[in-house]
Amino acid sequence: MTAPAHGAVTRRGPLPSPPYDIAVVGAGVVGSAIARSLAHHPHLRIALVEAEDDVGQGSSKANTAILHTGFDATPGFLEARLVREGARLLAAYAAAAGIPVEPVGALLVAWDEEQLAALPRLAEKAERNDCTDTRLIGPAELYDREPHLGPGALGALHVPGESIICPWTTNLAYATQAVRHGVDLHLNTRVERASHPDGTHHLTTSRGTLRTRWLVNAAGLHADALDRALGHDDFTVTPRRGQLLVFDKFARDLVRHILLPVPTALGKGVLVAPTVYGNVLLGPTAEDLDDKRATVSTAEGLEGLRDKGRRILPGLLDEEVTAVYAGLRAATEHEDYRISAHPERAYVTVGGIRSTGLTASLAIAAHVTDLLAGAGLALGPATELDPIRMPNLGEAFPRPYQRPELIAADPEYGTLVCHCERVTRGEIRDALTATIPPAGLDGLRRRTRARAGRCQGFYCGAAVRELFEGARK
Amino acid sequence: MTAVRHVDVLIVGAGPAGLTAAARLADAQVGRVEVLDREQQAGGVPRHCAHGGYGSWSRPLTGPAYARLLVTAAERAGAVVRTGVTALDWAGPLSLHTVGPAGPETIRARAVVLATGARERPRSARLVPGTRPAGVLTTGELQQAVHLHQQHIGERAVVVGAEDVSYAAAATVRAAGAVVVAMLTDLPRARTTPSRAADARLRQGIPLLTGTTVTELLGHARLSGVRVRHRDGRTAALPCDTVVFTGDFVPDHELARRGGLTLDTGTLGPAVDGSLRTSRPGVFAAGSVLHPVESAAIATREGAQAAGAVLEALAGVEHQDGVPLAVAPPLRWIVPNRVTPAPAESGLPHGLPYILRTTAPLTRPLLQVTQDGRTLYRQRLARALPYRPLVLSARWTHLVDPEGGPVRVTLSGR
Repeated sequence: MTAPAHGAVTRRGPLPSPPYDIAVVGAGVVGSAIARSLAHHPHLRIALVEAEDDVGQGSSKANTAILHTGFDATPGFLEARLVREGARLLAAYAAAAGIPVEPVGALLVAWDEEQLAALPRLAEKAERNDCTDTRLIGPAELYDREPHLGPGALGALHVPGESIICPWTTNLAYATQAVRHGVDLHLNTRVERASHPDGTHHLTTSRGTLRTRWLVNAAGLHADALDRALGHDDFTVTPRRGQLLVFDKFARDLVRHILLPVPTALGKGVLVAPTVYGNVLLGPTAEDLDDKRATVSTAEGLEGLRDKGRRILPGLLDEEVTAVYAGLRAATEHEDYRISAHPERAYVTVGGIRSTGLTASLAIAAHVTDLLAGAGLALGPATELDPIRMPNLGEAFPRPYQRPELIAADPEYGTLVCHCERVTRGEIRDALTATIPPAGLDGLRRRTRARAGRCQGFYCGAAVRELFEGARK
Repeated sequence: MTAVRHVDVLIVGAGPAGLTAAARLADAQVGRVEVLDREQQAGGVPRHCAHGGYGSWSRPLTGPAYARLLVTAAERAGAVVRTGVTALDWAGPLSLHTVGPAGPETIRARAVVLATGARERPRSARLVPGTRPAGVLTTGELQQAVHLHQQHIGERAVVVGAEDVSYAAAATVRAAGAVVVAMLTDLPRARTTPSRAADARLRQGIPLLTGTTVTELLGHARLSGVRVRHRDGRTAALPCDTVVFTGDFVPDHELARRGGLTLDTGTLGPAVDGSLRTSRPGVFAAGSVLHPVESAAIATREGAQAAGAVLEALAGVEHQDGVPLAVAPPLRWIVPNRVTPAPAESGLPHGLPYILRTTAPLTRPLLQVTQDGRTLYRQRLARALPYRPLVLSARWTHLVDPEGGPVRVTLSGR
């Protein structure tokens, strides 16, 4: 058997002129998963088109990094089914691909009588979502499980199946596997206009025209604009900003589960969750905005989070904040996903994928592939994809500096560059020469954790930049 | 399982404090003295401080020259300086897990000195809102970028802070060919010598905005400006492509904390007594990990002091635990922050003087040391300035009741 031909990864220059069989717009976690799913069919010429300079630059990079069970989805919704299926698929994929996942479980903590009264209803909903192992626990067991929880909690719903995951590695694994199986990844390619004149889509992009017979819109926050350009008016994306605080690794011992708020009529609170990198997250805010670039944190947002976090886990506020970020969720006026096929236009829209998109991504990809086939796309024969093994960024699994056999074979894995996150020169070198190399230091950070630690580059920033710029020469 | 190797003294951190301790200990022929540094070059922060102000009055040096001098002195005395080796965590009370290009190794010592230094709090830890663009630095990153890697840093920089390190950052910005748009501080005045502040403002034309905070970073891929607010409510956006957050140091106490060593609440560094002993027998600390941050001269003095205490410990001299030392505002912290009563009749030197920092300037203030309401010592200072360490003699330590309550140090105006 011959190795599959790699696709191209381009960031500049003109786009190829022959039409693709299918183009996926948006290389977030959903678009990348769809491209990967289509890559099972070697006869298809596939393009993955992304406006930003890297994969996963929108909502996919700035979320709460949770692999959900879907216990609180609305039964009967498409989202409920895809989250449920996707969770299983992604858990298996992550284990095989080396994507860090920690099955820490979640606790929905009730802080007042109203929230406590809501728990049995949530348990029942979980049951209807095939999440059958939830359990109501009283304050004694709750404080036994979470000794650092603030005073006044009345009880909780334990959802053992909820996990934490690395969203960056997931997105990158999908896109890398797609490219290794022939998908062309065109970055820095913003779709400005779209038309369908002669049975072929003409996408006018910032890098020229891209032609394709079939089109998948996985443009996330911008999916409504692309949908309208193609003559549909199905939904409007209202970006919902979530600001999050990442606390120092010294906070990790304060919390064992994902601490979720109980949704009530008064709205949703914030969560406290460990991360696979060994930090603790506090957030998100939920602010409906107009500006799809408003990934800024605000003084009010951060203060509000700190006030809420102080109640949930008082010790958290004594630790340093390592990072602050804000992501935009692609909320629409509809409660469910907006995934629809338009066979007459050789087009599938994948809209309204909100915070559950990471969990559901593989199931969404399978669903979209089925829709395309049903709409008339000739997929051709299917092959298995070569397995992929991603560099481990998680603390629950051995990192290169902890692997003597790896260091013995290559001392670069024993040469630490980023001290806070213990990232070695070997890992940085690997990322810089990978199938999809980073476009900048932020991309390198998401691939290796270099500069992501408590000093934020005080010690290693210049050295990491030196390695990055050296690789570009 | 990794092998365990034995040394006599293991020093973590090859900056001024660690290298000085190493040189002293190697000179005293205590056996194998090993200094670990996770960086590729030994020398610590002076490596990238291209300015002068190091060395002695008789022999002034730049930071890099001073760093080389310290490394040479330690090695010449017989200490082993190993770079590119990280002390990851404790393997036992006096042993550490390490890793380097040669692989993992556990090193057990008869005494350990922590000289891990301090770092500046970055933008995120300061909770400065806004976007996350490129061009946001600390002085540490700026100096390494410019002086160690000759990197281009930008054209127009705002320097946040107005203390000595901030002026060093401003000089580095200028050395890199960029313009300092402004320096700003939330304090009412610069925290440096009046001559240094005047020189930057008048001769170099760098505006100093006092009573001013950064309220937002602007720009998407690259910083385009910072929004600032004056205490009186006025706001402005300063266009710039670089912002340097200076000062606001925190001790790099990761190893101390992982080892469960008692930390001082004022400095956030390990609590130490007059001999720089931490709460764990056999573990000592010196330099900026004790207090954020003092001069290299103070760090080397502490390194020498710690070396003396290590020698005593290796000779089997037992010590009492001592009592805590506490300060009240306007004092921020005191180091050492525990006191072990020295026997008055021993004739031994009383150890290092105590150093303190104040938030408020005071003229002819009185430093007073009390324990359980009993005055142990009074010292009149000429003045107390926030940008200078205050020095309290250790001449009163033999008066401390080892069974008594905490010793309190206060600073009051006339």
